[in-house]
Amino acid sequence: MAEYKGILVCGELADGKLASITTELLGCGRKLADDLKEDLSCLLASDAVGGASKEAIAFGADKVYAVEHPALKEYQADSYMQAAEKLVKEISPRTILMGQTSMGRDLAPRLAFRLGTSLTTDCLDLSIDPATKLLTQTRPVYGGNAQAMFTSEFMPQMATVRTKAMSPLERDDSRKGEVIPTKIDIDTSKVRTKILETVKEEAVGIKLEDAPVIVCGGRGIGSPEPFQTTLKELADLLHGAVGASRPPADNGWVSEALHIGLTGKIVAPDIYIAIAVSGASQHTAGCTGSKHIIAINKDPEANIFREAELGVVGKYEEVVPALTNKLKELLAG
Amino acid sequence: MPVNMIVCCKQVPDPEAPPSVFKVVNNKMTLPPDVKPVIGQYEEFALEAALKIKDTGGGKITALSLGNKFVRDVIKKALAVGGDELILLEDEAFEGGDSWSTANALAMAIKKIGEYDIIFCGRQSSDWDAGQVGLGIADILGIPAVTLARKVEVVDGKAKVERVIPDGYQVVEVTLPALIIVTSGLGALRYATLKGIMTAAKKQPVIWKPADIGLEPSQIGAAGRHSKLDKLFQPVKEAKCEIIEGETPAEAGANLAVKLREAKLL
Repeated sequence: MAEYKGILVCGELADGKLASITTELLGCGRKLADDLKEDLSCLLASDAVGGASKEAIAFGADKVYAVEHPALKEYQADSYMQAAEKLVKEISPRTILMGQTSMGRDLAPRLAFRLGTSLTTDCLDLSIDPATKLLTQTRPVYGGNAQAMFTSEFMPQMATVRTKAMSPLERDDSRKGEVIPTKIDIDTSKVRTKILETVKEEAVGIKLEDAPVIVCGGRGIGSPEPFQTTLKELADLLHGAVGASRPPADNGWVSEALHIGLTGKIVAPDIYIAIAVSGASQHTAGCTGSKHIIAINKDPEANIFREAELGVVGKYEEVVPALTNKLKELLAG
Repeated sequence: MPVNMIVCCKQVPDPEAPPSVFKVVNNKMTLPPDVKPVIGQYEEFALEAALKIKDTGGGKITALSLGNKFVRDVIKKALAVGGDELILLEDEAFEGGDSWSTANALAMAIKKIGEYDIIFCGRQSSDWDAGQVGLGIADILGIPAVTLARKVEVVDGKAKVERVIPDGYQVVEVTLPALIIVTSGLGALRYATLKGIMTAAKKQPVIWKPADIGLEPSQIGAAGRHSKLDKLFQPVKEAKCEIIEGETPAEAGANLAVKLREAKLL
């Protein structure tokens, strides 16, 4: 039996650069690798990996496997699986980490089943049990109403990690590491899906993930219009973005791209203003990383007040315009 | 063309129940008896995806579920809304499984069913939220899988799927048979008609035991797990919310603005 050794991060690129989740995974992987006194490797697969390999080293990797193939230009499960499976079988890592992202959610379970091992998705915390060297994996369950700690005797140990749950290392371009260009044949006749079209639906203005202030509306908003008026005015004033909990997205009041929560976007702005949001755990899972949560809800018993540090009990139709007007006055003065 | 479909459904505690009723006792989630079980929210969308296809081209829908002590009225909703058959993998030995043992048992049941064009699953169960079972079934059966579908059509013997990506969606074409994993955005599951409820009441689910799908007790439920649950817990949260008062809601809103400025938050 092969010896399983080292940590492998399956990285992602965003516009040719290392995606922020990958820097977070490298930060977490570095610590695990140091605890084990083993290497941290990073797989980067694309049609052109370019300078991202050096970035991965600057963020903590000892080795970068750069796999380039035209079929890896866009994420498609059947081509990426071939690259990941072949590399993993070649280097037999002890632990494989991926982001709980569009790609990681799709790829990690497939790879875990293919390898006959186990996987814990959406982890918030990972550590090495010093006695067994097994990976202890902590993740939220029951829509965020509890957390569970898992271990597995199966190898390799696989986990996906929630975005913004881990901190990247400080970028250090003097770090030494090895870039290993890795040739992997990809049989494109085995790709059973075809992307016919890719459509961007992003709302105009500041991206939700980058906004320092988010004004989020919930089910209690009641219709599409206030997202364009009452909420947008407050967001614009604070140079922020408008978001929503799941019901407004499900009801079609706003685009799915604005959905914040367990199954939507995970955000961590400085200020998060939750308006007419009940605060179901599925929603708060997407915003607990915010520095300051402010809640406005007519129901004093709403769960969101257990998450918030400041709150107003009242109908948002009356509270929010007054808040916006007063802020306008104060910010001008 | 009539499409032969299987929809995997899970009976879960109502995830919309208020957070305060979720209590962990002795490493187990314990809910008061008045919290009713439901079919998981994403499996409801999966059912609706199948029903929409049946509406246009006709076909057959077999609902498949794994567990123990199913509440018949709850799980029979799959029939009441328009499903044709209900197969329950129901046995004490199926309890306490993980993604691995669940996907394996469902895949074996699907092999026994034999014929299918599309298998539908929800993106993640509404209790453990792992999001692995559908992809596991597809890998075991060796069929392609498309995740995060919000619209599914069958055109010329292939499925055309709108797949949600972070900033929009892709239109993906996949050969059949395929497994399609459904997310929200597809529209809520339709209500059962009176006729549907009456038909469902008369139908009996097919019950399969582990031996019926060729599995040993060591391969299923808690015994068949690949991961071990070491601890289930609820981190303590201290409520620290300061409520800003005012004579009227508007005044409270203005006072909040003042407070935010004073605290130098804005």
